[in-house]
Amino acid sequence: MTIANLSRRTLLQAGGTLLASTALPTVTLAQAGSRLIVAADSEPKNLNPAIVASNGVFFIASKVVEPLAEASFDGKDGLAPRLATSWEGSADGKSVTFKLREGVKWHDGKPFTSADVAYSALAIWKPLQNLGRLVFANLEAVETPDATTAVFKFSKPTPLQLIRNALPVVSSVVPKHLYEGTDIATNPANVKLVGTGPFKLTEYKPGEYYRLTKNADYWGKGEPKLDEVIFRVLPDRAGAGAALEAEEIQLAAFSAVPLTDLARISKVPGIKVISKGYEALTYQLVVEINHRRKELADVKVRQAIAHAIDRKFVVDTIFLGYAAASTGLVPKNAPEFYDASVPTYAFDTAKANALLDEAGYKKGANGTRFSLKLRPAPYFNETKQFGDYLRQALAAVGIDAQLINADSAAHQKAVYTDHDFDLAIGPPVFRGDPAISTTILVRSGIPAGVPFSNQGGYENKELDGIIAKAAETVDTAARTELYKQFQKIVATDLPLINVAEWGFITVARDTVQNVSNNPRWAVSNWSDTALKS
Amino acid sequence: MLLIVVVLTFLLLESASGDAVDAYLLSIGGGDATVAQSLRQAYGLDQSMLARLWLYFSSLATFDLGWSVAFGRPVLDLILERLPNTLLLMGSATALSFGLGSALGIVAGARPESLRDRVLSTASLILYAIPSFWLGLVLSIVFAVQLRWLPTSGIETIASGKAGFARALDIAKHLVLPVSALALIYMALFLRVMRSGMAEAWTLDFVLFARSKGLSRSRIVLRHVARNALLPLVTMLGLQSAAMLGGSVVIESIFAIPGFGRLAQEAVSGRDAPLLMGIIVVSAVLVICVNLIIDIVYAALDPRVGASEPNT
Repeated sequence: MTIANLSRRTLLQAGGTLLASTALPTVTLAQAGSRLIVAADSEPKNLNPAIVASNGVFFIASKVVEPLAEASFDGKDGLAPRLATSWEGSADGKSVTFKLREGVKWHDGKPFTSADVAYSALAIWKPLQNLGRLVFANLEAVETPDATTAVFKFSKPTPLQLIRNALPVVSSVVPKHLYEGTDIATNPANVKLVGTGPFKLTEYKPGEYYRLTKNADYWGKGEPKLDEVIFRVLPDRAGAGAALEAEEIQLAAFSAVPLTDLARISKVPGIKVISKGYEALTYQLVVEINHRRKELADVKVRQAIAHAIDRKFVVDTIFLGYAAASTGLVPKNAPEFYDASVPTYAFDTAKANALLDEAGYKKGANGTRFSLKLRPAPYFNETKQFGDYLRQALAAVGIDAQLINADSAAHQKAVYTDHDFDLAIGPPVFRGDPAISTTILVRSGIPAGVPFSNQGGYENKELDGIIAKAAETVDTAARTELYKQFQKIVATDLPLINVAEWGFITVARDTVQNVSNNPRWAVSNWSDTALKS
Repeated sequence: MLLIVVVLTFLLLESASGDAVDAYLLSIGGGDATVAQSLRQAYGLDQSMLARLWLYFSSLATFDLGWSVAFGRPVLDLILERLPNTLLLMGSATALSFGLGSALGIVAGARPESLRDRVLSTASLILYAIPSFWLGLVLSIVFAVQLRWLPTSGIETIASGKAGFARALDIAKHLVLPVSALALIYMALFLRVMRSGMAEAWTLDFVLFARSKGLSRSRIVLRHVARNALLPLVTMLGLQSAAMLGGSVVIESIFAIPGFGRLAQEAVSGRDAPLLMGIIVVSAVLVICVNLIIDIVYAALDPRVGASEPNT
């Protein structure tokens, strides 16, 4: 008698007893008119995207609260208008004029006007938002000559290119009449969202689901197509796949179905696996370096480490092909800025060994040159797995890396506050423009405690100069050119090592229509998403 | 006793690297140093450890469990919201494992060393060796994904609008798999304790006496042997209720049940000291209550316990 059939028999007995007690042999699925049920893995404490511009918040809130413009595959400047219909910068870079959509109403019935935009920008985006603080640092005033015009005034020249690229992420507009005169951080509307979007947030059961229902007064003609969107909280990694197969949910975004399950689930009839729709939120696999460590302050050692990594292996084996090898700090998904002509580091163990010898770190009697503390970030399976790989790759060139695994809060403290690392593995995000969350990875002068920033003590005056200059270069071509130089210096001097870049995977039932039709699809408003019955 | 539990929890969480602000900043994908500082002030994390511990105790004295920093809500609200789900899960699992375990234990122990006994004992050993998360996943794949008899996860059908009996039935259906996953493993334990207790009782004098009196076998099994073997089982029930509270963390995650265990896990990863301590305090009270009830049951089962006159 094998273990398998023994336990199954016992289980069936027990299961049968239980089934008899509930006296219903099958599950009837409650399938309302057009209700899309989506897997969610987190429940943000603050759901207000104007304050917290993060993907976890956008995933749910972007259907309720809209930005001025959304990213688009084929729109002008890569944008599709939302609450703004046009935007224009002045020649001196000190003002940007937005024309706003007419006839838009908040979910509570009040009209949406330029006053809401001015209030959101000055009272929330600039002082409170995690990314807006940077983008709107020099915003002085927002003039509202009429109800559908908002003119942003800056104290220093601010590139329109940056504002444009940042719009989808930093410009969620919230209603002035609910926030003015209150404590913004604790305002109840941060949880019970009121927006202008295609869906209203009507119910939240902590630990179970968010229920979004159709906004009948939505400005988009014939939209939204769905009656309801439900975000069902499924914390377990295996849960989303099982629920999809059982047809309890219809969609799982942000790789909620683990990469290792994709090959199997893609063969299940009625289920499709989609890798498009994350182009504007590219995650980057990066080796962060502590330049305070004597050996790592030597560029030859950093180059050697770059040569020791087999990027193809990382992409094929760790990401199972759902990623691309990186050449530098700007990903290929950002064609506006991407420069392919930067120095690259082919996988070459012999060269890595030679560079390390040259740097004066000869192999000792036990075959090692020196030891390092390696801290992989725990946020993704792939960052942890790459930690294991990097340890082996470094061992092949005589560097002994000691892996230290910790949970999120501990990792954050050790790397970004205490600098207790030699090498760390992080997943920073490229958000459409290098100035939003990318230059911060190599710029000097950032205080300790800021996650996803240069905490390795790297300082390069030339690079700092280019970053500062690009921040106030209004001309788009000249600014783009500066960022090409920026990429070259980073790729040459290697303040950190870019290994791979990846987007997420969406798994959906075939009945879900118009999936992944923009580069930020999972975090866009889903007004045209539909269910085919 | 509760005091020690609270202080230990506090120190344990304190010794973990990183605080609630670190966890929060990560969850939103970045922030700057001024945000971190103002958040630490708002959460009271800029004060010394002793000051915070004292603050917690003084509010606990007025039955105020404090404010959860990770959820931004009162701890008591969070706990009251999740507790019923866990009590339902644990209560059903305990009842099922105890009932089924002792019943099968009687079957096995009625004729020790018989074929029936050997099969049941071996099966229970194998069952006991299975990790509950694995059993949970397998049950889910077989009964929810393949056969589609039962829902894969959740405590009830989401936004179903069901009420009354229909809702109770719906919750019962959702509980079948998680309860089975939790109960089957503990059932094995109860079965084995019951069986060995009975095997031992068969050799005792009073059983020999009962047999010589000519009592029927079934009467001997139930009234004499089983009743005696039940005593250690009841003791174990008290101990297991605490263990099951721990086991429910895994099962609640797998089956997406918004319960106590999952809340505890979220409290730890969010470095949410007030919430975690609130959970520990309530769990401790819960375990104490269960053991109190067990003691009373014990007295009812065993006339030697709790006799009013002192023994000679």
